[in-house]
Amino acid sequence: MADQSIPIGGSLDVTPRDHERVPLLDRLHEWVVTVDHKRLGILYVLYALFFMAVAGAEALSMRIQLAVPNNHFLQPELYDQFFTMHGTTMVFLVGMPILFGIANYIVPLQIGARDMAFPRLNAFSFWLTAFGGILLYWSYIGGFGLYGMGNAPDVGWWAYAPLSTKPFSIGPTIDYWALALIVSGFGTLGTAINIIATTLSMRCKGMTLLRMPLFVWLMLVVSALTLITITPLTAAQVMLLLDRNLGAHFFDAQAGGSALLWIHFFWIFGHPEVYVLVLPVFGVASEIIPVFSRKAIFGYPAMVAASVGIAFVSLGVWAHHMFTVGMTSVSNTFFVLSTMLVGIPTGIKIFNWLATIWGGKVRFQTPMLFCVAFIFQFLIAGLTGIMLAVAPWDWQLHNSYFVIAHFHYVLVGAIVFNIFAAVYYWFPKVTGKMLSETLGKWHFWLFLIGFHLTFDTMHFVGIMGMPRSIYTYEANRGWGHLNFIISVGAFIQGIAVLIFFWNVIVSLRKGKEAGNDPWDAWTLEWATPSPPPAYNFASDPVVHSRRPLWDIKHPDDPDWKYES
Amino acid sequence: MIREHGARAPRLILLLMTAAALVGPSAWADLPQQTPSIFAPASTPADTIFGLSVFALAVTGGIFVVVGGMLAYAIVRYRERPNDDTSEPPQIYGSVQVELAWTVIPILIVVVLFLTTARIIFAIQDAPQPKDALDVTVIGHQFWWEFRYPKLGIVTANELHVPVSTSQEPLPTFLHLLSADVDHSFWVPQLAGKTDLIPNHPNETWIEPTHTGLYYGQCAQFCGVEHAKMLLRVYVETPAQFAAWVKSQQQPAVEDPQVAAGREIFETHACANCHAIKGTGALGTFGPDLTHLASRDTIAAGAADNTPQNLFDWIKDPDSMKPGCLMPSMQLSDNNIHELVAYLETLH
Repeated sequence: MADQSIPIGGSLDVTPRDHERVPLLDRLHEWVVTVDHKRLGILYVLYALFFMAVAGAEALSMRIQLAVPNNHFLQPELYDQFFTMHGTTMVFLVGMPILFGIANYIVPLQIGARDMAFPRLNAFSFWLTAFGGILLYWSYIGGFGLYGMGNAPDVGWWAYAPLSTKPFSIGPTIDYWALALIVSGFGTLGTAINIIATTLSMRCKGMTLLRMPLFVWLMLVVSALTLITITPLTAAQVMLLLDRNLGAHFFDAQAGGSALLWIHFFWIFGHPEVYVLVLPVFGVASEIIPVFSRKAIFGYPAMVAASVGIAFVSLGVWAHHMFTVGMTSVSNTFFVLSTMLVGIPTGIKIFNWLATIWGGKVRFQTPMLFCVAFIFQFLIAGLTGIMLAVAPWDWQLHNSYFVIAHFHYVLVGAIVFNIFAAVYYWFPKVTGKMLSETLGKWHFWLFLIGFHLTFDTMHFVGIMGMPRSIYTYEANRGWGHLNFIISVGAFIQGIAVLIFFWNVIVSLRKGKEAGNDPWDAWTLEWATPSPPPAYNFASDPVVHSRRPLWDIKHPDDPDWKYES
Repeated sequence: MIREHGARAPRLILLLMTAAALVGPSAWADLPQQTPSIFAPASTPADTIFGLSVFALAVTGGIFVVVGGMLAYAIVRYRERPNDDTSEPPQIYGSVQVELAWTVIPILIVVVLFLTTARIIFAIQDAPQPKDALDVTVIGHQFWWEFRYPKLGIVTANELHVPVSTSQEPLPTFLHLLSADVDHSFWVPQLAGKTDLIPNHPNETWIEPTHTGLYYGQCAQFCGVEHAKMLLRVYVETPAQFAAWVKSQQQPAVEDPQVAAGREIFETHACANCHAIKGTGALGTFGPDLTHLASRDTIAAGAADNTPQNLFDWIKDPDSMKPGCLMPSMQLSDNNIHELVAYLETLH
């Protein structure tokens, strides 16, 4: 039956020239011209980690500035550039590339494919994304920004017009910003098309849609969502460039344009974008939690349905970022309802993870630690999301530090925690070495403590009336102590991330050998050697259930007997 | 004079209890009087929102306790123990009944929260404007606030004066929000939620302060380099105090021959291009109206107290006080600035 057709270990090794000594330049050249989905995946992740360090340094500088009232560490112009670049970098150069990079590596392996559907498009997409990032940061050298100031985009990552139009941002920095996002956006679209084509047409024999691992399902949903959501952003950027350089008046209020139009465009992109970032990590959690609880995922069909449901509803909630722009009461009410509806499929996901843990034998290795923290933090992020959906309360909370706290709970508490979980989980597969558990636990606990010091506290300064985007604040507002705590937490997170980088370097050199299947897992990638050879599988695998390796390990009790 | 009004203790108890558990009490020990907390409302819409937020907090808090508690129980109860055998736990793939339950219960919660929220949206947003309500037009500028009282013929900046509203004499203030340049947002947390000022998109909001005092706010939509120093003060006064203030603001600028030199500097330099002083040749509208500058407590949109020294520093080099602000340094001699400050100090 099933066990005969899946090659475990000892599969045909087609890696060429592994034993030979290849000159450094040649090896570099191989990486630049590669179309191998695994190498491109690694490139994406390294690229994203580099920018994570850059944007993290920007965040720490801002936290020094805000640690005490009336501080002079950063000039206002520099502070504005830093929060703009921090947001833009984290979303476009860290979040999306690292998640699409992990998907690039893992999706073909999990569906038993030998590569992505379009390997050359894959390489093209990566290099477009990479050049987008370089273009964005070139603006530091390229020119000045807001009225007489700055030399990088400095109007917030939301870049509301008319502040981002020529009369108010006279230098070329906004042009850099818009062009960089268009370029990296095309890269993202290419990857999205590639992932959709791969999952729909490259699955191995026996892998029906409803036997796909949940990570693959989520990436399929995310890719479809990406195709819809990047488009309005690109359109808006083109309109902004026309306004700025060719005298169009889309957003130029003085000439009858609409400032409100930009806000709509931005959030029609911006809200689904949050789901583009968070849905992949739902997939990560849905891989890791079952393996480390030693149980099949609870309610697989419901998980798939909830994912599709979240993606669908997410397209109709954008104006909850706009409760304060003066929409009619009826529009406000509509977006309250649509936003609250997202809570239902999201709740189903949390309950299903909980039920997967329930009755299991939970192993608290580093990937699972990050995942457990993720569930708690995502629960809180979801509940503060409900609070923000209560439109009248949002009139108070909007653009306050409460909002900053809420979306960092999603972006860090859920997404970054799960990215770390994913790295700890798949690093052995990618490199053949285990990451150190000791350093991993230091990383986890310090990051957890720092995260909660920073972002829990931000909720309170928000409630105490502190708005976002301010480079300093008055001493008599009573925000000083809490901001100091926030800054301390930020530095603890910084130390934790340094430990993570150290862990990666040390483990690459002296890590424990991983073997094919260090976590005793159940999906197809663990059936290949670590690292997998070029083209992954010597012979096409055949699967009979959602957990092909479970079937092999438990021939007396295979999954396919129970799945209908 | 005016009592500074800040967070009132009883209202903060709920928040304090939560905060104490998370960040420790030390950070809260010396809560100063000027914290513009949304949990210390002093005006009808802010109070209504506060009530709704307590309800939403209770609902979400309940969910957190139940789900978080189950999760905590699960990871402790079902952790792998050292003496466990190597067998796998029973595999459970799902349960229709259970999954149906945790779909239906959240739907019911959403229905309740949604209906409550909708009621408050309509109550606040569509509240009719009473006949005797005060009208104020608020115009956002980079980086200051212009306040116009069209029915009273008053133009001022950065410090809004409104009468207190009592149950015997309800006196809400309706604010018409416009922008002269980019997006801004009017936010005085203790008085009302924020509403944006968007060019070509007039907005409206209202406050109905029920306690006299001074309330702090600031621009809540990033509007450029000095967004952080686009501060805002609302003075809520008794009807008598407010009437007196209106009367004084309606006067033209004070004429004092002793400071004629300063006045001449003002009128003959570029100051007059941007600032207006009623009764003089200065008619500019790009900067704040200075007819009654000396009656205000702060300058530069709250960036500094209105003292002769600060005024001197501000005129000499605005950028040093508020880097990136749009007021240029006029390159006047120190002597000229002293005369100018002496003149401006008389504009009560």
